Amino acid sequence: GQELRLRVRLLGSISAFYQRQAGELDESVLELTSQILGANPDFATLWNCRREVLQRLEVQKSPEELAALVKAELGFLESCLRVNPKSYGTWHHRCWLLGRLPEANWARELELCARFLEVDERNFHCWDYRRFVAAQAAVPPAEELAFTDSLITRNFSNYSSWHYRSCLLPQLHPQPDSGPQGRLPEDVLLKELELVQNAFFTDPNDQSAWFYHRWLLGRADPQDALHCLHVSRDEACLTVSFSRPLLVGSRTETLLLLVDESPLAVAWRTPDGRNRPSHVWLCDLPATSLNDQLPQHTFRVIWTAGGAQKECVLLKGRQEGWCRDSATDEQLFRCELSVEKSTVLQSELESCKELQELEPENKWCLLTIILLMRALDPLQYEKETLQYFQTLKAVDPMRAAYLDDLRSKFLLENSVLKMEYAEVRVLHLGHKDLTVLCHLEQLLLITHLDLSHNRLRALPPALAALRCLEVLQANDNTIESLDGVTNLPRLQELFLCNNRLQQPAVLQPLASCPRLVLLNLQGNPLCQAVGISEHLAELLPSVRSSLT
Amino acid sequence: MADNLPSEFDVVVIGTGLPESIIAAACSRSGQRVLHVDSRSYYGGNWASFSFSGLLSWLKEHQENSDIVNECPVWQEKILENEEAIALSRKDKTIQHVEVFCYASQDLHEDVEEAGALQKNHASVTSANSTEAADSACPPTEDQSLSTASCEIPTEHTPSSDPESALEVNDFEATGEKEIHCDDKSSVPSTSEKETSENVPMAEETAEQPKTNRITYSQIIKEGRRFNIDLVSKLLYSRGLLIDLLIKSNVSRYAEFKNITRILAFREGRVEQVPCSRADVFNSKQLTMVEKRMLMKFLTFCMEYEEHPDEYKAYEEFTFSEYLKTQKLTPNLQYFVLHSIAMTSETASSTIDGLRATKNFLHCLGRYGNTPFLFPLYGQGELPQCFCRMCAVFGGIYCLRHLVQCLVVDKESGKCKAIIDQFGQRIISKHFLVEDSYFSENTCSHVQYRQISRAVLITDRSVLKTDSDQQISILTVPAEEPGAFAVRVIELCSSTMTCMKGTYLVHLTCTSSKTAREDLEPVVQKLFTPYTEKEIENEEVEKPRLLWALYFNMRDSSDVSRNSYNDLPSNVYVCSGPDCALGNDNAVKQAEALFQQICPNEDFCPPPPNPEDIILDGDSLQPEASESSAIPEANSETPRESTNLRNPEEPSE
Repeated sequence: GQELRLRVRLLGSISAFYQRQAGELDESVLELTSQILGANPDFATLWNCRREVLQRLEVQKSPEELAALVKAELGFLESCLRVNPKSYGTWHHRCWLLGRLPEANWARELELCARFLEVDERNFHCWDYRRFVAAQAAVPPAEELAFTDSLITRNFSNYSSWHYRSCLLPQLHPQPDSGPQGRLPEDVLLKELELVQNAFFTDPNDQSAWFYHRWLLGRADPQDALHCLHVSRDEACLTVSFSRPLLVGSRTETLLLLVDESPLAVAWRTPDGRNRPSHVWLCDLPATSLNDQLPQHTFRVIWTAGGAQKECVLLKGRQEGWCRDSATDEQLFRCELSVEKSTVLQSELESCKELQELEPENKWCLLTIILLMRALDPLQYEKETLQYFQTLKAVDPMRAAYLDDLRSKFLLENSVLKMEYAEVRVLHLGHKDLTVLCHLEQLLLITHLDLSHNRLRALPPALAALRCLEVLQANDNTIESLDGVTNLPRLQELFLCNNRLQQPAVLQPLASCPRLVLLNLQGNPLCQAVGISEHLAELLPSVRSSLT
Repeated sequence: MADNLPSEFDVVVIGTGLPESIIAAACSRSGQRVLHVDSRSYYGGNWASFSFSGLLSWLKEHQENSDIVNECPVWQEKILENEEAIALSRKDKTIQHVEVFCYASQDLHEDVEEAGALQKNHASVTSANSTEAADSACPPTEDQSLSTASCEIPTEHTPSSDPESALEVNDFEATGEKEIHCDDKSSVPSTSEKETSENVPMAEETAEQPKTNRITYSQIIKEGRRFNIDLVSKLLYSRGLLIDLLIKSNVSRYAEFKNITRILAFREGRVEQVPCSRADVFNSKQLTMVEKRMLMKFLTFCMEYEEHPDEYKAYEEFTFSEYLKTQKLTPNLQYFVLHSIAMTSETASSTIDGLRATKNFLHCLGRYGNTPFLFPLYGQGELPQCFCRMCAVFGGIYCLRHLVQCLVVDKESGKCKAIIDQFGQRIISKHFLVEDSYFSENTCSHVQYRQISRAVLITDRSVLKTDSDQQISILTVPAEEPGAFAVRVIELCSSTMTCMKGTYLVHLTCTSSKTAREDLEPVVQKLFTPYTEKEIENEEVEKPRLLWALYFNMRDSSDVSRNSYNDLPSNVYVCSGPDCALGNDNAVKQAEALFQQICPNEDFCPPPPNPEDIILDGDSLQPEASESSAIPEANSETPRESTNLRNPEEPSE
């Protein structure tokens, strides 16, 4: 009842305040809003209102009056925080107020943070505010680190505290310029690993420690690079693949193409034609750049923003030329975990295996083991990794699909590695239980791809990056869409037996593959569709297709 | 003065120990007219705490062998024809085998007084070797000082905002009772100085090296008021019955608590900290990673062992220690769980008992801090007084130093109808609660008592040094030989307000098999070293040094069946003295059971109405929605410096 009356009065006053803009009601507004906010601090409009009043009073009042006003406001904010220590509005208002004070008492603010974190050490609002205060007061990172120490000592289930460490430690131990940024020197790393191991041996179900562990063992983002450059005389086309998806033509990402050392203006597009951020971009080349009079043409692509470039040569008489980085596990795949010293990883793996023996069903431990094995040697540990995946899926059925996808990704990575070592352009991925296709940008040069007997539900748009693909076998999957089988200039044979293609319309993308001559659709629902043969004859006139 | 005392009550409570005080509070709270008397000059009976000089006086009283002759009006003539009398005992016989040792250097040339003490206090001290010298160790004390000191305690330490609620003490200045204590024969220091000087450094020497900060006996005397030495050494389980009662009844407002900071174990001759909470295990440097997991896994299982009967069913016939051997636990983890967490022994408890004890321990963990225990600031003796205070707030009348001569029994009904006090006044009542020690030998002739062995030590440092010198520790030392009992050691630092700065107050407790000294001295010798000159020169002494030691046996009347007392009328109820257990559950259970007999169907200590509730309404800046019944569940897992049960959080400013 009382609050309602207050609200009514307040709303009247606020509207008057906004109408007049004269500011006569200033202090009464402070008083009124404080009554509402005191009971319910999550009332953003009222905080805004207060800020306006305070701003106005700042120019009207004498320094002494102002000091008293600020003191009252700080006291009021603290009482609001006591009502709700997790109110965004209150903490924000305090930030705002402190930021305006010429001589803010930061020591007092730090103490306030310490007190609120004493009550609830996981109050991330307060942690946020503490980082603000620490930055303003230029508190040395070492002191803040010691503070996180003390809270972790008390209760290590504290995401905020671990997170703060991951910010502070790189500041405390800056790496030389050449080294990977944001990472830690080995001695510090080992100390942190021990700390976090204490946590997950004490309580392996606590996620916060595992997250921090993952951060510790992770590595910096890989350097920007051009992985592969491919020129095809037939298609008069140049294809580039990058270390990360980018949007060419946007303000920052521009590509320079030099043909025989002279710049050439071209129009870049993605293989699937969507022109969204992509690992792979391509452009058409004018006939002059490909003529057969010269013994060779050189093509150089410069990625200005990434500070990377690559060059390839098209020799006279050849249909294509390429240049690519050989795929090594460390550079090619950005493994979830990786540190310079494999000894560190090895000992982490041993600890985790020890823990796993005690806690055979701990999903965090199992997942970490898998990641560590991949970081150490993906091929050597392949079999073991697959076994751990099986256990992990059994103990964590809720995330079975995620785990299947992760497993598919790792298997694909391994297959790529093996293929690279064999230096062939044929990739067999049959009978691997794949649920998803990743890393397709690594397969730019593949001519024959076998995806049969998996659990794939789609041939995704990224498949369009396989510009050299001639034969694609995808029998015995659960494929429903063929979005990726588009604009494949060399595709001749496509096997899609025993899938789940429902409507004839899903075949539409195939029309953009000019050389397609053989299509096997046996065992798909669409084979039963009325008028399917006619549809095919119309859509793909030059293709010999089997329906039964 | 005796005229001031009403002649009729509903309940007369004799003895101010914890169970009696709880019952007095409960009865008074539910509207009964309560008279609460104690023949002693202090509150608490054997639950009391004393300043150092207070303790010396208490010792003196208990070492006097001669029965005190009391010149009281003869009560026999006040008994009518149709009445019988049950005479009560005049002397407390619950304390035996008192032995005092002083190891701190004694300043023999100076008259030292306890600062703030009201009476002259001759610091005559004993030799370190003397065993039966406590007589002389006790300065002659007028009982006046003692009673003043103890009566002040409630108002001194407890924040009492309203004078209304101050403890009402009806202190009857009687002529008779002065003679109880003033037996001043012992004022002459009897110990030979020759003997003393061999072991004790001269006063000048100590004075010359103040930096070494060695505590002398005269300092202890001088700072004697800093001590609050408990006769019983107990802790409060943070989910025990007493905590629940303190919160429910709002009596907690009268007391403050500190969390015990660590659990210790004594293993292979070394004191080490037992990791028992999640944070402890995480921070422990002594456990390997694998041990951390083993321990956490086992403790997690114990938290919900009832839900996994398959895990222990097969071992129900075994002892807990045998069961632990079958679990994935290294020997030192087994030791920690058995002795320090379940606090049992190899033979004492079955698998189920052990699991239950472990669960209880873990259940209490984290409510107010990182260990399951709380200690009341200023000593355990505060607690009975807190309840007395509540009783007084609701109109209970208090008389210390008030002797009850007999209970008057109506022959016809067989019920007790009155008491006759030391002035010969007859006070009528419906119910009579009598603490065991007040019964005469006639009444108790068939009662078999157990004994508790106690030691109180003043030491110069902690048994396990850490960064902080303000640790409160509990340590269980298992019995060495079969048939003996484990010894419980509680070490209090000065911030518990029970000892002077720079010292530690150590309590040892076990069930007696022999005299207190015989039972406890072996443990004392393992953990401490006597404070002698020889060791002073060796700066790095590993063990803490003993400055002063006291041994005594206390009667344990907790397990006595009411039927063992002779001829008690049905409306006379017996309260027991302190038991040997660590917690206070026994006292609360007993109090509640007796209260239910006196006041059937009444609520036991319901929360009192809070006067603040009536005034508070528009005070919007006071976020505390203080309903008096609001239970301060401090489950934020944050250890606090001192725990006030009522206000778990009150950020200052």
